Amino acid sequence: MRAFTYERARSPAEAAAAAARHPGAKFIAGGTNLLDLMKLEIETPAHLIDVNGLALDKIEATADGGLRIGALVRNTDLAADERVRRDYAVLSRALVAGASGQLRNMATTAGNLLQRTRCPYFYDTNQPCNKRTPGSGCGAIGGFSRQHAVVGVSEACIATHPSDMAVALRILDATVETIRPDGSTRTIAIAEFHRLPGDQPHLDTVLMPGELITAVTLPKPLGGAHFYHKVRDRASYAFALVSVAAIVQRDGTGRVALGGVAHKPWRVEAAEAELPRGAKAVAARLLEGAKPTHENAFKLKLVERTLGALLAEAKGVQP
Amino acid sequence: MPRPDSSDLTRREFLVIGSTAVAATMVSPLVKGQNPAAPDAPSFLTKVSFNVNGKPCALELDTRTTLLDALREHLHLTGSKKGCDHGQCGACTVIVGGRRINSCLTLAVMQQGNHITTIEGLGTPEKLHPMQAAFVKCDGYQCGYCTPGQICSAVAMLDEIKAGIPSHVTADLTARPQLTNPELRERMSGNICRCGAYSNIADAITETAGRIV
Repeated sequence: MRAFTYERARSPAEAAAAAARHPGAKFIAGGTNLLDLMKLEIETPAHLIDVNGLALDKIEATADGGLRIGALVRNTDLAADERVRRDYAVLSRALVAGASGQLRNMATTAGNLLQRTRCPYFYDTNQPCNKRTPGSGCGAIGGFSRQHAVVGVSEACIATHPSDMAVALRILDATVETIRPDGSTRTIAIAEFHRLPGDQPHLDTVLMPGELITAVTLPKPLGGAHFYHKVRDRASYAFALVSVAAIVQRDGTGRVALGGVAHKPWRVEAAEAELPRGAKAVAARLLEGAKPTHENAFKLKLVERTLGALLAEAKGVQP
Repeated sequence: MPRPDSSDLTRREFLVIGSTAVAATMVSPLVKGQNPAAPDAPSFLTKVSFNVNGKPCALELDTRTTLLDALREHLHLTGSKKGCDHGQCGACTVIVGGRRINSCLTLAVMQQGNHITTIEGLGTPEKLHPMQAAFVKCDGYQCGYCTPGQICSAVAMLDEIKAGIPSHVTADLTARPQLTNPELRERMSGNICRCGAYSNIADAITETAGRIV
């Protein structure tokens, strides 16, 4: 690990301002992803700003019937919150499908959104990777690409976003609240928060340098039956090959988003109109224009079948 | 552990003495983080104080020191083990503020003011924690390397079930989770045992839960 200086921030504004003063600084909260990457010298911040002391660990009801989740709420606490379990079950399900008990106790809401990809070429500093070293090329294209993206890919990068939580937030239409080094705040729709790789795959999100996430807000509950089906190589504690988040209403309408298939949580609103026609029709619209590799084309069928199983279960649980 | 002849050096004490002798010759301005010629040079040392197993500790550490390395190398609590050092194996599991975490994936300086319990703080050879006694009784290990992490994880995991925290295999998110075999296996998936003592570990946890849940 490279040497770095360290400070404990006392307010969100102070943290953001500190980041502007120290080029190459990073915020640290749970640290479960950042420290892993620092040990491998994939991330090499010269300065760490510890934000754990900021009072951003509450889940509060909003005036319009939603929830405002502080950036530092741990994954365990978010999954266990009574209101989340009751009204946003897809979020609880997605959270407990990810990582291990120990990691969920450390990982935060904001940090989960900011996870870097688990692409093995990103992790191997001997390999080219446009995300780690812009312009160095992509080892995954033409390489071992079984776990990589099938939609929204570019000539520069076929990495996936590893978060389960973000897929649930995408169908819940969450918004991300931030503060910038100049003290100004903004709200970013989750649909706009994560980027597609394009020719700048080193940029995962639209956050500006020094911009700090302060909260994630959920609109009022949607009702319906909530599902998160995750398909992976082990029964527990593994990243998704494919995951499907869905909220299905009694009349058969609903919302669907996918994990493990793109550089961001993948939702195509137009595909949801096909829900009454079944999984095949929905999957076809969701994966329109897909560019799988020879090793991950199975994901197209896997999405359709996972969604099919989910919709069958939805019919079973609907009264 | 009692030694038959206390005048003999243990292997660990021998290694510690040897490494101290080497370290004494290697103290450099970089290690100290202070360059007298440049008073504005950044310091890579940070002070931190926390409580470990009921005892207050104050340390000044290289910022890169993980909690695991602080416990093992600075406080000489070598029960917590370094397996993968990347949060994948769970051998480093300790309990901070009542919650189990991977001590390899947090910096010691981030633990300011926290209460940390390691395997040394759960029980002693003379007075084992019920979970430790159950691991012995049920043969919940083979080589023993993952065992401190397994035991710390299992103790905190039972508290998570008591607190109503759901898991991936909890069927009804709005009901209280129960300690079934599938539940404890899912909840312990962050602790790997290369000897494959899983079924006996599950027995030990079930036995302990029957007595303390």
